[in-house]
Amino acid sequence: MVELTLPKNSKVGTGKTHPKPDGATNTKAFNVYRWSPDDNQNPAIDTYYVDLDTCGPMILDGLIKIKNEIDPTLTFRRSCREGICGSCAMNINGTNTLACTTGMDEVEGDINIYPLPHQPVVKDLVPDLTNFYAQYASIKPWLQAETPSPSKERLQSKEDREKLDGLYECILCACCSTSCPSYWWNSDRFLGPAILLQAYRWIIDSRDEHTGERLDNLEDPFRLYRCHTIMNCANTCPKGLNPAKAIAEIKKMMVERR
Amino acid sequence: MAKIERPLSPHLQIYKPQITMVTSITHRATGIALGVGTLLLAWWLIAVVAGPEAYATVSAFMTSWFGQIVLFGFTWSLFYHLCNGIRHLFWDMGKGFELPTMRKSGMAAIIASVVLTLLTWIIAYAIGA
Repeated sequence: MVELTLPKNSKVGTGKTHPKPDGATNTKAFNVYRWSPDDNQNPAIDTYYVDLDTCGPMILDGLIKIKNEIDPTLTFRRSCREGICGSCAMNINGTNTLACTTGMDEVEGDINIYPLPHQPVVKDLVPDLTNFYAQYASIKPWLQAETPSPSKERLQSKEDREKLDGLYECILCACCSTSCPSYWWNSDRFLGPAILLQAYRWIIDSRDEHTGERLDNLEDPFRLYRCHTIMNCANTCPKGLNPAKAIAEIKKMMVERR
Repeated sequence: MAKIERPLSPHLQIYKPQITMVTSITHRATGIALGVGTLLLAWWLIAVVAGPEAYATVSAFMTSWFGQIVLFGFTWSLFYHLCNGIRHLFWDMGKGFELPTMRKSGMAAIIASVVLTLLTWIIAYAIGA
């Protein structure tokens, strides 16, 4: 359901401002969303100053520096630090992206960081993505075939392989799904851009033989058709993919098979 | 252990508005406006049938400054919904999804709707409607 405001327990207050590091002359302010399940308080924004002269260039470098040197309680997910694992997806200055591939110099002024939008918060910048992963499982993201496996790999023509370009690169960071207002209001039933892009990735795979069932599974007023081409997904994708286009292709296939 | 009441992370409050997002929500808003505006149109038509007195009441409202603003808004809603609706037709064919195209077509829909609205009103006043 559409709820434009945040529930009472989710309203964001002002938090602590940590002092600038001693002797730092070249600093950048990080305003970071904080919430802990342990202290029975509403979320708040804490401010930290990062010494740019002794820090790596990326926003993730800044967050790690804060955690190492200023506030070890700051909680966020990160792993690969090179844009391939999708762990450090968060909302940075109004759009969702990966902290590891976004430079601090790309942001003018203060850096405002929130968890991925409209998700239950586990702690600080860590959202609970249980629903997202359950939806991913629901599209059966693996090759389904009836013909017996050949002795080597299943072959695919060059042209058929090219159809997977712009789809297989998705790292499931959830930036797009959590940027989508339709997903905000209907995530209980709408699959959202990331999962639909993944669904399309299997639908057009020439080696997959369950195309019909895959389409049947999406033939639903909510699962697929809550996409209204708002385009936040493609605008925000840190990998430069276009989930809205993939969704449009599924909608086209739905019409064409009638 | 008691179940933890997790907060919901901020969404609309913090998300940066983008042209594609704005054109989308405006499409919906103008759609609703057209629904309400059609009632106004129906009132007008019913008044035509009901006789000169009823028509005079409607006419007085329509030509008042408030009525004119409402009609102007209705005209713009109609043209915006039409122009943006054309974008939707292209999308239904799987065309126009590249981001630069998206932004351009969005700007085009906004500009075209304003131009068409102004043109309609200039013509209407010129022929003394």
